[in-house]
Amino acid sequence: MSKIVKLKKGFDINLAGKAKQELADFAPAQTFAIKPTDFIGLQRPKVLVQEGDTVKAGTPILFDKAMDQVKYVAPVSGEIVEIKRGEKRKLLEIKILADKEVARENLGKIDLKSIQRPQLVERLAESGVWPNLIQRPFGVVANPEDTPKAIFISAFDTHPLAPDLGFALQGEDQYFQAGLDALVKLTSGKVHLNVDGSKSVPAIFSGAKGVQINQFTGPHPAGNVGVQIHHLDPINKGEIAWTISPQGVVQIGKLVVEGVYDATKVIALTGSELTKAVYVKTTLGSSVSTFVKGNLNSGHVRVISGNVLTGEKIALEGYLGFYHHQITVIPEGDYYEFLGWAKPTTKKLSYHRALGLLSFLNPKKEYVLDSNARGEERAFVQTGVFESVTPMDILPVYLLKAIMAEDFDEMEELGIYEIVEEDLALCEFVDVSKHPVQELVRKGIELIQYS
Amino acid sequence: MKFLRDLMDKQRPLFEKGGKLESLYYAFEAGETFLFSPNHTTGIKGAQVKDAIDLKRMMITVVVAMIPALLFGIYNTGHQHLLAVGETAGLWENFGDKLIIGLQLVLPIVIVAYAAGGLVEATFAVIRKHPINEGFLVTGMLIPLVVPATTPLWQVALATIFAVVIAKEVFGGTGMNILNVAMTARAFLYFAYPAQISGDLVWTYLGEKTAVDGFSGATALAVAYNAGIDNVPVTEALANHNTALGSDLFSFTNMFMGWIPGSIGETSTLMALVGAVILIATGVASWKIIVSGFAGAYLMGLVMNLLAVNEYMAMPPQYHWVMGGLAFGIVFMATDPVSASQTETGKWIYGLLIGMLTVIIRVTNPAYPEGIMLAVLFMNVFAPLIDYYVVKANKTRRLQRATV
Repeated sequence: MSKIVKLKKGFDINLAGKAKQELADFAPAQTFAIKPTDFIGLQRPKVLVQEGDTVKAGTPILFDKAMDQVKYVAPVSGEIVEIKRGEKRKLLEIKILADKEVARENLGKIDLKSIQRPQLVERLAESGVWPNLIQRPFGVVANPEDTPKAIFISAFDTHPLAPDLGFALQGEDQYFQAGLDALVKLTSGKVHLNVDGSKSVPAIFSGAKGVQINQFTGPHPAGNVGVQIHHLDPINKGEIAWTISPQGVVQIGKLVVEGVYDATKVIALTGSELTKAVYVKTTLGSSVSTFVKGNLNSGHVRVISGNVLTGEKIALEGYLGFYHHQITVIPEGDYYEFLGWAKPTTKKLSYHRALGLLSFLNPKKEYVLDSNARGEERAFVQTGVFESVTPMDILPVYLLKAIMAEDFDEMEELGIYEIVEEDLALCEFVDVSKHPVQELVRKGIELIQYS
Repeated sequence: MKFLRDLMDKQRPLFEKGGKLESLYYAFEAGETFLFSPNHTTGIKGAQVKDAIDLKRMMITVVVAMIPALLFGIYNTGHQHLLAVGETAGLWENFGDKLIIGLQLVLPIVIVAYAAGGLVEATFAVIRKHPINEGFLVTGMLIPLVVPATTPLWQVALATIFAVVIAKEVFGGTGMNILNVAMTARAFLYFAYPAQISGDLVWTYLGEKTAVDGFSGATALAVAYNAGIDNVPVTEALANHNTALGSDLFSFTNMFMGWIPGSIGETSTLMALVGAVILIATGVASWKIIVSGFAGAYLMGLVMNLLAVNEYMAMPPQYHWVMGGLAFGIVFMATDPVSASQTETGKWIYGLLIGMLTVIIRVTNPAYPEGIMLAVLFMNVFAPLIDYYVVKANKTRRLQRATV
């Protein structure tokens, strides 16, 4: 039984710099990196390679001693050039200098008809595609020993400037379906594929078989899988569901059909500061420098792996995050502004009518936003705003206060199991008092997770 | 503005850690961030862009919404004075004189409230080492608007200091307070110095001059209350009151417009509604509280009509809207987001109860002719309780889902 859910609450941040629907040719990236910090909940990382080793795409390079079945593998073939560590020897990056031609480990095709679940799980966990599966609650890499009550896939992204998945996954239909077939075997319940009900659905999703297709409409965060789970089959204490991105499903599909670890994907280059905002084909963990350098409008920019709401600031030579399918480049906002809080303006974007009173006159306007923090942190004053951008039966302010107070019972009762950072990212954007909402959410999750 | 920026940058090291005036850092910071939005950028992880709004902008919007009430209050103060001493008859006669008299009386009160409160705020910020909170922008304007123009300035200062310290700073500053700060200031004056803020003599400034024969400085609420005791219909009593100043002083229209004696900013229902429109249009105040507040007063007025033990109870309920400070209190005081109910369902209940309680206090309590002040403070105290049950309902829904 597919469901149609119409959401009203939320807010679309309309930024300038949307990617044009064309695949551009850039010089291919030279180096690639796996950043263990991308995998939330990775507790005791153990590196399997040394600087100077050569690897193929699919060679295990890392695992977590707390969950040693799951291997993290090299996305491309080449030489390990650096294992970068930070303070207290914290593992930051494993860098690979890529070969011109990618050599892949032969992992063997998977016959889904005959394979049993335990063997399938083992194959997926060893092959490097497993970290695409994220467990809810907590938003950490799924544990192969669990059986989720359902698996959820959001087939559209409503984040600012997000890539159009129909375009990015062109021609991957066969792999996508194979990936879905594998997922169906992993859960005791259903696999939910949630599509955008307001647009025509790309064939790759509408033709998917063996899964339940649900439609969601509404402003961001309607495309967030957490919001969708809340309306389809909410997570209660003690329950486990898994989520995966469509790109992750394609990776699994390629393993099933071709027997290789193939992490190539089409990403969107977006943001107001890029001369050419387009799509480009690259591989997971790719260095962004060849896409960004020489493609900038201005000098003083911030490069973000991911989108502006949940992404991570990286250097010009930085690397694309494991779970990111988009780079956003915006102006850096480290400037003073005379009477900035009081001046009337049409250039700034605000969800609040106290600043954007007349913005309804021009709803299609695209804004150039920079990274200025727009004020300082204060105590919670304004009420009712977080609720109006959170299309879930959750009281964000009370939940955040419970986290600040480290009140475990209250956190549980107010629904900490149902959210991860991205679900409340919009709250962080609209907050008058400028709280680090996403950081707080993760703190709360960690308190509960490790209690 | 470069020279200002340069000046700031030059002074900055003085106030930073290790500087000579390190202890005054937050005072410097307040000035600096007032002039220049800071150059802070968003963190490495999380939201990389932020909404342009901040608390300064939000608070100044409330101040802007109060300006119509303030301007009206200034003019009305002069108008009431000349009316009482018999030097004017029409609303717009002697326009300049009224304005000047009003300014002379009201401006010092505004200045004293801002100065006294600002000083306390800055002192606390420096001692407790926290940024100066913008909430005071609003409080400093609200306090002058809810006292009569004749209030001695030292009382204004004392009340402001008391309210900022006891109602706000001891709880941790803006955002942490339980009671509305400005209402606390008024309640302090009401109980500490009742002679200067109640009765019939304080609402109209007379100065050296003597009032015209037959003048009474009573407010509409007092007249209505006495009508209840004397068992005359309230509308009749209001119409016959103060005929020395013209027969329609307390007509419904006049009270709605606000050409009546009372506290500086609260007499005009119209100006409160203009403020309400600004607050609702900008989304700063909750329309739910405002709507349910007025509805609550009307409903309770109707209930009183049904009982109608005395004539005051039989008064048409819409009169409650225009008499006293109900409109001002609901629009500007009840909607204070910090002391009001913080859940959306709670706001309906909170507003409704404020309206109802105001009318109950007005009609049944002989000691307090004006009910809005106590109703708001009372509901401030009860708002967390309302929220507690609304939040509990949310938790219960989640819990039930789990067991099904």
